[in-house]
Amino acid sequence: MTRLPAQPRLWRRLRPLLAPLLARLLSPILPPLVALLLAGNSHAQGFDYQLVPERLAAGVHVFIGQREDFNTRNGGNIVNTACLIGRDGLIVIDSGPSRRYGEQLRAACARLSPLPVRLVLNSHFHPDHFLGNQAFADSPIAALAATRDGIARQGNAFAENLYRLSGDWMSGTEVHAPDRSLSAGELEVAGRRLQLYALHGHTDADLAIYDRDSGVLFAGDLVFHERAPTTPHAAPAAWLAALAQLEALTRQPGFTALVPGHGPVARDAGPIRQTRAWLNWLQTRLAEAARAGLDMNEVLALPLPAEFARLPLAREEYRRSVSHLFPAAERALLEGGR
Amino acid sequence: MKFPLTAAALALAALMPAGHAADWQDSGDPLASARWRDMQQQFLAGQPVLFDPRVVVSAPTVAEDPMQVPVTVDATALPLVEEVVVFADFNPIVEMLRFYPLAARPYLGFRVKLQQSTPVRAAVRTRDGVWHVGGTWVQTTGGGCTAPSAAAASPEWQSRLNEVSGRQWTAGPNAGRVRLRIVHPMDTGLVAGIPAFHLEDIQFSDSDGRALLRLRTFEPVSENPVFTLQRADGNGPLQISGRDNNGNRVEARITP
Repeated sequence: MTRLPAQPRLWRRLRPLLAPLLARLLSPILPPLVALLLAGNSHAQGFDYQLVPERLAAGVHVFIGQREDFNTRNGGNIVNTACLIGRDGLIVIDSGPSRRYGEQLRAACARLSPLPVRLVLNSHFHPDHFLGNQAFADSPIAALAATRDGIARQGNAFAENLYRLSGDWMSGTEVHAPDRSLSAGELEVAGRRLQLYALHGHTDADLAIYDRDSGVLFAGDLVFHERAPTTPHAAPAAWLAALAQLEALTRQPGFTALVPGHGPVARDAGPIRQTRAWLNWLQTRLAEAARAGLDMNEVLALPLPAEFARLPLAREEYRRSVSHLFPAAERALLEGGR
Repeated sequence: MKFPLTAAALALAALMPAGHAADWQDSGDPLASARWRDMQQQFLAGQPVLFDPRVVVSAPTVAEDPMQVPVTVDATALPLVEEVVVFADFNPIVEMLRFYPLAARPYLGFRVKLQQSTPVRAAVRTRDGVWHVGGTWVQTTGGGCTAPSAAAASPEWQSRLNEVSGRQWTAGPNAGRVRLRIVHPMDTGLVAGIPAFHLEDIQFSDSDGRALLRLRTFEPVSENPVFTLQRADGNGPLQISGRDNNGNRVEARITP
């Protein structure tokens, strides 16, 4: 707006008389009003993520985040993390979206077991999976090599973005990069036998972890459940191949549970099929739209099929995915047509 | 119902002396932008202006990638369109492109770089000299104009500079549509050490040499620009001829 309303002269003259009167009228009701507001907001005031562990098997506990986007109410608690209790120590899978989350995760793990944290694993380089690392600075923190590179290159930009989205929940959060690299294969930590899978498709490097002692598969963000998948660094073909590999794991005799990166735990491969269906549909939709000659804004305006529209964040993630993936579909068509 | 009232007010404003008209138009900006008066001064000074819902500017409310924000301008509901200028009030480089739909429909899809949240507007001049203005707000976290192009980091564009790939649709709901992509870094000049380097002028004509549309592009148009045009008639081959601000030529032919 270019014009500011001038303060009426009458009010300026009356203010010294009326202001104390108003203050006196309001004073009896103001303190209870403020108290009421604060009480309703106390959760946010204390920046308490209210992490409650869900026990999946002996020594396997997960913390399931909200199926929402980052905001100043959830503070970024939209992600799943886990604590595995071994013979002589703990393993933490993903450290959450902020220093505060990491600290509260560490405290929640300590309530489950007094054993020290032997290893923290970051499944991939997205900020909700590693920005809690600060709270585990005295433990080894490991990730795939390309994940470490990604965090070194883009970690600060991600953190900056989360400060904008999650607000004060983030205060004190800084990037604390993993200090060692993982590779695919067996890894025994604190007496627990883990099988590591170095996959890609959601990002350049996606770590999936199968706990052989419990039969629980931690799929990271290769799998979303009852929440639309995110695609900012996705390579859909590779992602689909990774899903096939994960689905094979769920057919192993010892398999008991699947922990997606976002959304509730399942006892079967349902979330894998759901993620695959979304990706297949998205790929087909974008290729067809390019073939039909649609402009990007027309693609954005297309309706979602009911099967997907019901998923939390479906519209938002579709909008974001069109931006991430339509240019490639369009380019393939235009360059193929020459 | 803001528009009919605005339209009526501005129709009235068009009959008033310039000073008074400016007041009406300022208060009538449907996008309530503090920069509207400056925009009007810069692009439409002294000319009759009408906020007009027949000028449809489509863009996502929230831009996922500030380097590639899709914008579609559709003024096909207006008769006798001669010129369209597209600008964004709060961009460091305000003017994005201008086009003259000589024998094509007054419709253009493209992508732009936005530095911060801003109205994106199209002012459409009809033969009677009236500028019809439409627009929409785009929210973005920015960085679009002062971030280097992807090409600036790789030499790949040098071997493909001004290469055009395109296609025409001759049947179906999008008959008459042309889509094309031009390889160009479209550097804004706002990144330290990278001078402005962008496409400037592109002319589309049919096989008889009849000019269909003339397009003038400025720095904010996205890297490797993609354009969507709508032909008014005919579906033969399309000739594309243009240049960038360094004098490099664009020459291509798109066959249906």
